[in-house]
Amino acid sequence: MIEGIQLEFFLVLGTLVFFIGIYGFLTRKNLITMLMSAELILNAVNINFVAFNKYLYPENLEGQFFALFIIAIAATEVAVAVSIIISLYRKIKSIDVEKVNELKY
Amino acid sequence: MENFGYIVIVPFILLISFILIGLAGGRFKPSLSGIAGTFSVFVTTVISYITAFSYFSGAGLVNGVYQKIIPYNTEWLRFTDKLVINMGILLDPISVMMLVVISTVSLMVHIYSLGYMKGDSGYSRYFSFLSLFTFSMIGLVISTNIFETYIFWELVGVSSYLLIGHYYQKPSAVAASKKAFVVTRFADLGFLIGILILSNITGTFDYSILTDPNGPAIAQGSTIAFMGLSVMTWALILVFMGCAGKSAMFPLHIWLPDAMEGPTPVSALIHAATMVVAGVYLVARLFPLYALSAPAALHFIGYVGAFTSLFAAIIACTQTDIKRVLAFSTISQIGLMMLALGVSDYGGEKGLGYMSSMFHLFNHAMFKALLFLCAGSVIHAVHSNEMNGMGGLRKFMPVTHITFLVACLAIAGIPPFSGFFSKDEILVAAFEKDFVLFIVSMIIAGLTAFYMFRLYFSIFWNKNNEYKDSPHESPSSMAVPLMFLAFASLITGFIPFSKLVTADGAGFETHIHWGIAVPAVVIALAGILTAMALYKKESGLPQRITASLGSLYRLIYKKFYIDEIYLFITKKIIFNGISAPVAWFDRKVVDNTMNGIAAVTNFISVKIKSFQSGQLQQYAYVMVSGMIIIILFALYLWNK
Amino acid sequence: MDILILLILVPVLTVLAISISRTKEQIRMSAAVGMGIQLVQATYLVFAYLAERKNGNVDDMLFVRSWEWFKSFNIQFSIGVDGISVSLIALTAIVIFTGVLTSWKVDNLSKEFFISLIVLTTGVFGFFISLDLFSMFLFFELAVIPMYLLIGIWGSGPKEYAAMKLTLMLMGASAVLLLGILGLYVNSAAAPGGLMTFNIIDISRLNIPMEVQRIFFPLLFVGFGVLGALFPFHTWSPDGHSSAPTAVSMLHAGVLMKMGGYGCLRVAMYLMPGAANEMGWIFIVLTSISVVYGAFGAIVQKDLKYINAYSSVSHCGLVLFAILMSDKISANGAVLQMISHGLMTALFFALIGMIYERTHTRDIRFMGGLMKVIPFLGVAYMIAGLASLGLPGLSGFVAEMNVFVGAFQHSDTFHRIATIVVCSSIVITAVYILRVVATLLLGPIKNNDFNLIKDAVWFERATVIILIFAIAGIGMAPLWLSDFISRSLDPIILKLSMIK
Repeated sequence: MIEGIQLEFFLVLGTLVFFIGIYGFLTRKNLITMLMSAELILNAVNINFVAFNKYLYPENLEGQFFALFIIAIAATEVAVAVSIIISLYRKIKSIDVEKVNELKY
Repeated sequence: MENFGYIVIVPFILLISFILIGLAGGRFKPSLSGIAGTFSVFVTTVISYITAFSYFSGAGLVNGVYQKIIPYNTEWLRFTDKLVINMGILLDPISVMMLVVISTVSLMVHIYSLGYMKGDSGYSRYFSFLSLFTFSMIGLVISTNIFETYIFWELVGVSSYLLIGHYYQKPSAVAASKKAFVVTRFADLGFLIGILILSNITGTFDYSILTDPNGPAIAQGSTIAFMGLSVMTWALILVFMGCAGKSAMFPLHIWLPDAMEGPTPVSALIHAATMVVAGVYLVARLFPLYALSAPAALHFIGYVGAFTSLFAAIIACTQTDIKRVLAFSTISQIGLMMLALGVSDYGGEKGLGYMSSMFHLFNHAMFKALLFLCAGSVIHAVHSNEMNGMGGLRKFMPVTHITFLVACLAIAGIPPFSGFFSKDEILVAAFEKDFVLFIVSMIIAGLTAFYMFRLYFSIFWNKNNEYKDSPHESPSSMAVPLMFLAFASLITGFIPFSKLVTADGAGFETHIHWGIAVPAVVIALAGILTAMALYKKESGLPQRITASLGSLYRLIYKKFYIDEIYLFITKKIIFNGISAPVAWFDRKVVDNTMNGIAAVTNFISVKIKSFQSGQLQQYAYVMVSGMIIIILFALYLWNK
Repeated sequence: MDILILLILVPVLTVLAISISRTKEQIRMSAAVGMGIQLVQATYLVFAYLAERKNGNVDDMLFVRSWEWFKSFNIQFSIGVDGISVSLIALTAIVIFTGVLTSWKVDNLSKEFFISLIVLTTGVFGFFISLDLFSMFLFFELAVIPMYLLIGIWGSGPKEYAAMKLTLMLMGASAVLLLGILGLYVNSAAAPGGLMTFNIIDISRLNIPMEVQRIFFPLLFVGFGVLGALFPFHTWSPDGHSSAPTAVSMLHAGVLMKMGGYGCLRVAMYLMPGAANEMGWIFIVLTSISVVYGAFGAIVQKDLKYINAYSSVSHCGLVLFAILMSDKISANGAVLQMISHGLMTALFFALIGMIYERTHTRDIRFMGGLMKVIPFLGVAYMIAGLASLGLPGLSGFVAEMNVFVGAFQHSDTFHRIATIVVCSSIVITAVYILRVVATLLLGPIKNNDFNLIKDAVWFERATVIILIFAIAGIGMAPLWLSDFISRSLDPIILKLSMIK
């Protein structure tokens, strides 16, 4: 328990970060920025996991584990995503998401 | 009772001859096929004569009544325990008589064809089909049940089709063969439905049960009425429809004149002597059923026969193709046989019509085959069918001339030729039963004599035509059958038919009824004299008469436009009116419905495919909004 | 080894043999040998079946074997045959053997062609020996799918369209079919909550509730009926048949369409007699239309294959009509008609293929007088035509007469009128058959190029002779086959008549 700080603060923070991430993901045209927004979403989830774990089930560690998992996966995701973006850039000389519409009907 | 089992050889030898000649014919010398075919028919003839002799000389007779003998019967197809198609042999007076007729005429035609068809490219094929025909025709007459008859009925139909179309590279022959088959097939539809109804009422196909005068089939009759007539009557009228098709009764007669496209010996065998009388034969075969349980149907047959006979005789007076004159004469004579059956009753002397019909059938087979064979020999000599191109042939072809004259006298009913005797019996039978029909048959007798002698005088007398290569008498293989048949036409009238072939098997005495015979002969002589006056010497008189008749003559010459009506029905109604719309409907409506279903699917997918825009953020929008909706919905449910 | 298993195994082995073959010669020889063995096996099966019956075995199905396949749904692989399926297996064996012979000169991708052809056959054989609805459905699909490739790749004309249409319609049918089969399955528990089954024999012992039958009988009948060219679901047939290569047309019209009839009889009618009795009239109307409509449609066609396809619609309509009459004689006629039509339509398509190879056209307006130049094929075509129009002495007559006599056993007006309507097809059939014979074979030779064409070669002669032999054999001595089939109809007819 951290004195004076309630669970709700964390949740509000998580929600804010999550929606900032969603907003960024939906509005930014730059693939790198979109990737960063996706990271924000993931981190928002991390905050929630850790906070819930700490406040509701302090005797268990699953929340922490999940947060670690997500961090690890986010790292690999960044690696993969960035390599995709680089190869895309090589191909179309742009990292604008609207230009990448090869995968349509 | 004698065992007639040896008759089994007859169909088999003919079938084997058909298959052997058909398969191997092309590989050997053509004349070999001719000889093989003729030999098999010769064996058939010998066996038929032996059968007829032993049957009529007493082997078939029990207590003065000729019995139905079934020497052989084997199951061919079983529907139920009672409805069974057997393949068997039934001997009774009419089938034995028909055996003799078919084998005699067939043998004569075979011998004749050896000469007539010489050099034809389809020589083997021709003899193979002749064997097939003889096989089927014999099978038809010795059938033990109505379904067996139907089977052979179809087979004679197809052999007739094949033989009419013998000159298959000639479009008119192809068309004629097709017409013959389709018209008779249409009639057979009636026959088939008739058989189905009949078998349903009586529960059997078997003639021995169907035609047993004391049997269940007749006793039971049929009480259910349909449109005023009993179901039995309907069934028998439908069966008669089949007979009318085969026997060229109005209005199903149209195929027979066209069938003359076939080789002339074929016309003699099939379209004069044997197959076309199958209808008469079948009515005679079912006669007890007709006479005892459906007299209305029998009346109907009598009137159809009379009308057809008169109708065909009138047309025959105007035709110029000699084979067509003979064809219409055949139709007319068969009509007369039907008329005779129609005025007959069952049993004893009341069955005079029946007996006279069979008698006439027998005589007619001989003299009509003779007429056709003579016509063939004339055509062979002058290479034309047209009467106008002939004349004066008596000097070139004495044998043909004399035999033709004999046949004409026989058909005209001049004593002592055979036609006189049978026609007299028919007239007597008609006189006793129905005066209208009697008058009609008298008129027919006069017309027959007229058109036959019109033919005779135009061919053998009249002007002396110039022929490119002078006509010559036919080779002996063709002349011998002519002489044999002429001899037969001379003597068959003296056969005591009424003792042998009667409706109930019991013989009775007949004698010439001079009160009717004399006027009939006088009328016939009048017809002959008219023909002689008009056609013996070349004169303009016939032309003037036809001119004065004007459009009436044209109407008759065009055969009352019946062919045109049929053509209209088939071409305009069936072809353009039903089939073409059906095909159109199938392509446009049914098919397009299926294509339409596919097109709708396609359309929908085209419409919704823009969802898949490739825009990542669009997908994300949809996903997020979907998620939000789901969450809101879940919250709503939670709070409820 | 069990004979029925061998019937499936041999085609599979043939496929393997073809796939490792190197030369064209090896490929077609292995196909011919494989299908030859299959023909021998089918003949052996006929005699084994007769021997078993003679020994007094009165079971409905013989040579029954069953293997557990998928336990939790109680799916079994169970096989067995009766007179109906044995005769259809014999038909299949004859048609595929002659089909391989006619495909002797397929040069384009011949390995793939023969593999698809024989996979298809495997499906057909499997279908006829299955006693389990699930494996039956499986084999049904196995038979339908190679058809897409066979028509789409080796076909002619608008082949992609035809292949797509055929496959989609048959797939649609199988969707309906699957629904029907599942419907039967979920209602097949002997007691509420009991074990459900796909086995035909087990289901036939139950009485499926009427309200269930009313839903699933139409589904099953239509599902199989599409394959049997039931009006108005027949339109795949003209396009499919005309685009397919010769052997495929033979197999499709000759055998695959029979699967429809067999399924209607064995599954739809047998398992749901109540609804068959109650709703049969709808389908009687449809099949009567099929018969007459197909025949009229054939009259004006110009393409030989179209004529035949419409004629198949008419003849297969007669099969379904006869089945719906639920009478023993007409059911016998239905099976005879399946066999007879299978043989003669195979003969027809084989001949059309052979003629097409020589004239390079199938349009009868451009042909004429072929009898003079190719007498062997001409006579064979004529025999096929005569069989088709029901000439006594050839197989069609026997079948048709059984159907008509059987259908006429019903004494009510509706059935009688339907029968008479259907009877009238014998005249219409005569019209179109004679029309095509006259234009194609008779008359003067229309095109001088035709003077150069040659008559049949050995493998073509073999095909034609085998088929004609079978057609004439059935036609001359029908009692044998009719007896062979009719005993096996007893359980089906019994079940149908118990409802009345």
